[in-house]
Amino acid sequence: MSTTIIEAKANLDNALNAEGRQIPLSSVQITDYDHRQTVGKITVDNPKMICRDVNVYYTGKQALKHVSIDIGANEVIAFIGPSGCGKSTFLRCLNRMNDTIPFCQVIGEIKLDQDDIYDKSIDVVQLRARVGMVFQKPNPFPKSIYENVAYGPRIHGMVDGKAEMDELVRASLERAGLLKEVENRLSEPGTSLSGGQQQRLCIARAIAVNPEVILMDEPCSALDPIATAKIEELIDELRENYTIVIVTHSMQQAARVSQRTAYFHLGDLIEIGETDQIFTNPKHKLTEDYITGRFG
Amino acid sequence: MFIYLFLSLLLLSAGAYHLGRKRAFVVANGHIRKLHSLPSFYGSYTALWCFLPALIVFGLWITFQQGFIIDLVVAGMPPELRNLPPDQLNLVVNDLKNLVGGNFVSSAPNPAMLAAADHYRHLRTVGNAALWVTVLSLAILGVVHAWRAISPTLRARNRVERVVNVFLIASSTIAIFTTLGIVLSVVFESILFFQKVPISEFLFGLQWSPQTALRADQTGSSGAFGSVPLFAGTLLISGIAMVIAVPIGLMSALFLSEYATPKFRAVAKPALEVLAGIPTVVYGFFAALTVAPLIREIGTSMGLHVASESALAAGLVMGIMIIPFVSSLSDDVINAVPQSMRDGSYALGATKSETIKRVLLPAALPGIVGSILLAVSRAIGETMIVVMAAGLSANLTANPLEAVTTVTVQIVTLLTGDQEFDSPKTLAAFALGLMLFIVTLILNIIALQVVRKYREQYE
Ligand SMILES: Nc1ncnc2c1ncn2[C@@H]1O[C@H](COP(=O)(O)OP(=O)(O)OP(=O)(O)O)[C@@H](O)[C@H]1O
Ligand SMILES: [Mg+2]
Repeated sequence: MSTTIIEAKANLDNALNAEGRQIPLSSVQITDYDHRQTVGKITVDNPKMICRDVNVYYTGKQALKHVSIDIGANEVIAFIGPSGCGKSTFLRCLNRMNDTIPFCQVIGEIKLDQDDIYDKSIDVVQLRARVGMVFQKPNPFPKSIYENVAYGPRIHGMVDGKAEMDELVRASLERAGLLKEVENRLSEPGTSLSGGQQQRLCIARAIAVNPEVILMDEPCSALDPIATAKIEELIDELRENYTIVIVTHSMQQAARVSQRTAYFHLGDLIEIGETDQIFTNPKHKLTEDYITGRFG
Repeated sequence: MFIYLFLSLLLLSAGAYHLGRKRAFVVANGHIRKLHSLPSFYGSYTALWCFLPALIVFGLWITFQQGFIIDLVVAGMPPELRNLPPDQLNLVVNDLKNLVGGNFVSSAPNPAMLAAADHYRHLRTVGNAALWVTVLSLAILGVVHAWRAISPTLRARNRVERVVNVFLIASSTIAIFTTLGIVLSVVFESILFFQKVPISEFLFGLQWSPQTALRADQTGSSGAFGSVPLFAGTLLISGIAMVIAVPIGLMSALFLSEYATPKFRAVAKPALEVLAGIPTVVYGFFAALTVAPLIREIGTSMGLHVASESALAAGLVMGIMIIPFVSSLSDDVINAVPQSMRDGSYALGATKSETIKRVLLPAALPGIVGSILLAVSRAIGETMIVVMAAGLSANLTANPLEAVTTVTVQIVTLLTGDQEFDSPKTLAAFALGLMLFIVTLILNIIALQVVRKYREQYE
C-alpha cells in the first residue's frame, strides 16, 4: 500500500508542477522512512468517504504520512491524538480547506461517495456545501442570528422567497437545539450569544446548507461542561442524517459520541477501530500509552 | 550662550543619573533585591532632581531677564530721556537694543545713549553670570537632595513614573490647547467679519467678489461675499475626486489583501503609497499642463465647450492623489478581519467574491468609511492642484468643464500680498476657514454615526 520514498518524491514533484508552484525540491524533505503501519480495520461496509494514502506537506514539512481510512455513512468517527499530530490537517483535507493555506500540498486519494474530491472536475464550492465544517473557536459572522444561518442557503440559491428562507432558518436552528433560546431575538447579532450558543449557531449554519458530512474540529474546547453536554447530545441526534467527523482532545467525549475512533501520532494514523475496543483494549502500544495518560 | 548652559545642565543630569544609580547600589550593599525599585529608577530620580528645578528657574530667568535689565537701564538714564512719553521712550529703547546688538540705528548715537548701552551690556554680563551660577548650583543642590533621599525604601519608581505621567499629560494637552487656540482666534476674526458683512449674505449669497474699496472715494469695487459658489466649487471638485478615488482605491485594496500574492503585495503597496508622497505642486502642474489641455482637446473634438482651466482636470488629478489614502487604509482594515471569518465563509462553500462581498466588506466597513473620510477631508483641504488647474473664478456651476474655485484657494488669495488686517476682504478668509472647519466637523460626526450604526462586531 505505502509508496516508496522515491515514488513519493516523484508524486510530489508532479503535483507541484501541476499546481505551477515553484518550490525548490531541495527544500522538500521527505522524512517518512519512519512511517508506521496502521493497526486495525480501515474499511467499513458502507463508506461515505474513502481516503487512501493521503500525505500532506507544509512547505517541505510532512504533516501527514500515508493515511488510509474509510468514513462510514451515518457514523460519528472521532480523531484523537497528541497536539500537532495532524488531526486538524487531515480534517481540513476532507473539504479541501487546506486549499486556502499557501504552500500546503495534499497528495493521495480522497473520495466522497464515488467522486475524487481532488479531481480537476470537482467544484470546491459544491464540495464544501456537501462537507460542512465547524471550527474550534465559534466564529459566527458579525451579522444577525438569522443572517448567519441564512448565509449558506443564500449563496447556494437553495430557497425561493422569504417564507421558505424563514422556514429553513427556523428548522436549522431547531435541529441545532438553539431555536427555543433565540426565537425572539433572531435579528440580534450572532456575536451577542454565549460561547456555547455561538457554537450551536455555527452548527445550525453548517446544517442549513444540508451537507452530507459535517467536520468538527474540537467543537467543545472553548465551552463549559453544560454547553459541551448539549453539543454532544446534538451530535448524537445529527447522526441520523449526517456523517460526522469530530476531532477532540477529550477521550470521554470521544467515548461518548463516536462509534469508531482513530488515533493519530506524529502524522501517522496509528490505530483505528470500534470506540469501545480502542478505549478498553487498544492494540498498539502508542494508543495504549495515550489513552492511559502516559503520553501527551 | 544659553545653549552652553543648557548642554552643561544636560551633562550634569547624565552624571547625576550615574551617581544616583551608584548610590542605590551602595545603600543596598549591593543587594538589588533590597531596593524598592530597580537602580536605574534611582538614577532617573536623581537626574530629574538635578534637571527639573534648574530648568524651571532657567526658563523663568531668560523670560524676564531682558525686561528687567531694560527697566534698570531706563531708570539710570538722564531725566530728559527717562521722562519722555511712552511711545517715544519705546523708540529710544529700540534704538538702545539695536545699538547693543550692533545693528542699524535710526539716529546718530549721542553720549547719553552710548552710556545707556554700556550700562545695558554691563548688566547683561552680570545677569548671565548670575544665571550660570544660579542654575548650576540649583542643579547640584538637587543632586545633593536626591543623594540624601536615596534609601532602600525610597519609592523611586513611583516618583519617576509620576513625573513621566505629568509630562505625558502636558504633551497631550498641548495639542488640545493648540486646536482650541486656533478655533478661538478664527472665531474672533469671523465675528469681526460678520459685523461688517451680514451673516445671511455670507451664507446664502450667490456672488463672490471680495474686492472692496480701500478708500471711500474709490469706485467700481463693491465687495460681494456670498460663499455659496466657493462651497459649490469645493463640493464639485471633491466629488469628482471621490468618484475617482473611492472605487479605484477600494478595488486595489481588495486586490492587495485578497488576491495578490504576499510578494506582489510587498512591492505594490509601498508603490501605491508613493502616490501620496508626491508634492501637490507637482500634481498641480501635471493637472494644469497635461490633464487640462488633454480634456480640453477631447472636449472640443466632441463639440463641447471646455474652459482651459476646468473642475474636471483638478478633480481627476486630485482623485489620483488620494487613491492611496483609501487603498492603503482599507487594505489594512480588510486584512485585520480575522481569518476565522474567511474560514467560516469558505467552509460553507462561499467563493472568494461572495466572501468579500458578504463578510469582509461589512466587517471592515467602519475602517473603510474612516479611510474614505480621511480622503474627503484631504480633498476638501487641497489647495495647490485647484489653484493651478481649476482657476480662480468663482462660478456657480455644476458643469465640471467650467472653471471653478474652492474655499481654500480663496483663503489663500485673500491673505497673500499686502493686506490691511481689518478690511472685510482679509477677515473674510477667517469666516471661510470657520465655515470649512464646521463643514468638516459635521462630515466627521455624520461618518461616526454611520460607522456606529453599521458596525459589525467580531468576537
Ligand atoms: N499552516 C501551517 N503551516 C505550516 N505548518 C503547519 C500548518 N498547520 C499545521 N502545521 C503543522 O502540521 C502539523 C500538524 O498540525 P495540526 O494542526 O494538524 O495538528 P493537530 O493534531 O490538529 O494539533 P492540535 O491538537 O494541537 O490542534 C504540526 O506539526 C503543525 O506544526
Ligand atoms: Mg487542531
